Amino acid sequence: MNLSYTEQQQAFREEVRAWLAEHVPAEPLQSFDTAEGFRQHRDWEATLNQGRWGMVTWPETLGGRGCDLIEWLIFEEEYYRARAPLRVNQNGIFLLGPTLMEYGTDEQKERFLPAMAEGRDIWAQGWSEPGAGSDMAAIRSSARREGDKYIINGQKTWSTRAVWADWLFGMFRTDPESERHRGLTFILVPLQTPGITVRPIPQLDGLPGFAEIFFDNVEVDVNNRLGDEGAGWAVAMATAGFERGLMLRSPARFQETARRLVQLYLENEATASQDPAIKEAVIRAWLDAESYCLSTYQTACRLSQGGKIGAESSTNKIFWSELDQNMHATAMSILGARAELLSHAPAAQGVGKWLDGWLFSQSGPIYAGTNEIQRNIIAERMLGMPR
Amino acid sequence: MDFTFSEDQLLFQDSVRDFLVNEITPERLRAGWDTDSGREPALWQQLAELGLTGMTVPEEHDGLGMTALDFVLLAQECGYVALPESLVNHALVGVPLLRDIGGELAASWLPRAASGEARIVVALEQNLLAEDAHVADLLLLEQGGQLYALEQGQFACEHNQSIDPGRRLFTVTVNEGVAPVLTGERAAELRSASLNRGALGCAAQALGLAQRMVDLSVAYTTDRKQFGKPIGSFQAVKHHLANVAVKLEYAKAPVYRAAYAVAEDATSAAGHVAHAKLAACEAANLAAKNSIQVHGAMGYTWEVDLHIFMKKAWALANTWGDAGFHKQQVAQAIFAEDAVLGAGATFQ
Repeated sequence: MNLSYTEQQQAFREEVRAWLAEHVPAEPLQSFDTAEGFRQHRDWEATLNQGRWGMVTWPETLGGRGCDLIEWLIFEEEYYRARAPLRVNQNGIFLLGPTLMEYGTDEQKERFLPAMAEGRDIWAQGWSEPGAGSDMAAIRSSARREGDKYIINGQKTWSTRAVWADWLFGMFRTDPESERHRGLTFILVPLQTPGITVRPIPQLDGLPGFAEIFFDNVEVDVNNRLGDEGAGWAVAMATAGFERGLMLRSPARFQETARRLVQLYLENEATASQDPAIKEAVIRAWLDAESYCLSTYQTACRLSQGGKIGAESSTNKIFWSELDQNMHATAMSILGARAELLSHAPAAQGVGKWLDGWLFSQSGPIYAGTNEIQRNIIAERMLGMPR
Repeated sequence: MDFTFSEDQLLFQDSVRDFLVNEITPERLRAGWDTDSGREPALWQQLAELGLTGMTVPEEHDGLGMTALDFVLLAQECGYVALPESLVNHALVGVPLLRDIGGELAASWLPRAASGEARIVVALEQNLLAEDAHVADLLLLEQGGQLYALEQGQFACEHNQSIDPGRRLFTVTVNEGVAPVLTGERAAELRSASLNRGALGCAAQALGLAQRMVDLSVAYTTDRKQFGKPIGSFQAVKHHLANVAVKLEYAKAPVYRAAYAVAEDATSAAGHVAHAKLAACEAANLAAKNSIQVHGAMGYTWEVDLHIFMKKAWALANTWGDAGFHKQQVAQAIFAEDAVLGAGATFQ
């Protein structure tokens, strides 16, 4: 064990820090759940890509830097420290990208990865359906094979970023006789294809962060299929694995929230200290964010040494989503009567982005497999309890 | 950056675990409760033969010269079996304190500590009572800011019964005329270092205790049937144990980092230890709470083994600094004006 960075890792951190200091927009971008904000974030992805900072873990041939997991964690730390914009293409770069590298043909990698890296193609997810939420194997949307086309019919929902995205990846039933996990196929669909209707769904903040998508005889080329026909479940599990794993929620995000929470507490100590539970919650928030960081480094080091991610990784989504909720709940308590105010309200001094974060934190225990589903997975696969 | 244990460290953990699980059975623990001392010299000797009593003794004093980082995984295994012998105190706190006191005292006692001939026990004022003072060959006692090195006959001890029948706790009175070995600033320094080591030992044992309670609960809920099914197949029961698994999983890395900081003598060790102890003892307390719940009425009995581990977890949570003390340590670190927090600060 050696818990200090190598000179090379320190130099990498300096390089990231210097580039971000020069390029991160001085004014925060608008929300990517607005048309203008979406465009700003797409531009930011292109800027990142020009500096070759878009996908640092990708191989150099694909515009990445071939970084290992520790360098990736360092990159994320600097990224959040610099308050750089959120990644509008996270569905693509963090979820689909790694899946494409594992399951895609060379032609598909060439066609999709560079465009994803440049922010030309922003990706949405197409998993859930009205009748298939936690029970993803209940998917009914169909893709019927006709020659070198699939004809897609059905409905997807809770499709994050779909309102302005260019592409969607999702699972469709290609074998109408099949049940459950069998007969599903992973297909990449251009959202501009005739027959697609996108109905934006406003989220808690009133902005259309996700959408419902209707497919009415939508024709898609067979070469947009990822993996084999009928093998969609295995491909989707790989994607979900990345999602629950390290990539989507790096510790840096929560450590920065914890740091700002400590700051918020100190700024408001006169009022906040009247409720001793608040101080306790601030301490806990900071400790838990540290725990998440320490544990992630430990996993990253184990993986770099050839270890495998085990069933214990199912604990991570519960941990960070509850941590995020708790931190924002504490911030709301500190802000008191100001907590409900939108940031442009005249009396909203010092409220920062806490309300937005609080709203978003409500979704954490739900998306990417509800925490109840995660608990079942932990109990059955990690602890070996009976089904 | 390498946050992993070496293969040797992991192999040693495995072999110690095998030994302890085979030897320290709940039946043996129960038999020990009824004896006068509650301790077994023969078992202590076995631990010595495994190299455990001498692990942290410097090589020039016939030990293996290992550190808190080498010992932390073993302390975890001691927790897993609720080992009543004060091995963690001896190896993780006593031996390093003796080494730091140095001089004649260290030179004469360390070789005997290594061979297992002498049990070293440390008791700080923070602990209220001295564990295993009755069997200590050398009791390193902090009282009134002074540090005493006491052999049997130089102090009187009065037994205080704990709800954990495996623990033996004593009020210690130093005989008149016995002089301290250290006073003043150096005594305070060594007291702080010992407190860090003792709290680290509690944290590591708490990880093991939590794991043992989870294992017992998984076995019980797989076996016990109601409504025609194992109760462990019900989500309400599953989720109790899954919640423990989450807390326990995220308590491990803080404990290992604290062990690293202690081994490196880092100035930040107290903060890391506080984090480790809070996280691990909370995991063990949750394990106790949820385990008794999924055991139902069985968990409330003396007969089922769960209480052995539950009671030890409860006790460790409030010794070597209770939660309030350790939260205060953390608060001082994070609310300090010059505190460096946030992304990228963890390992700087």
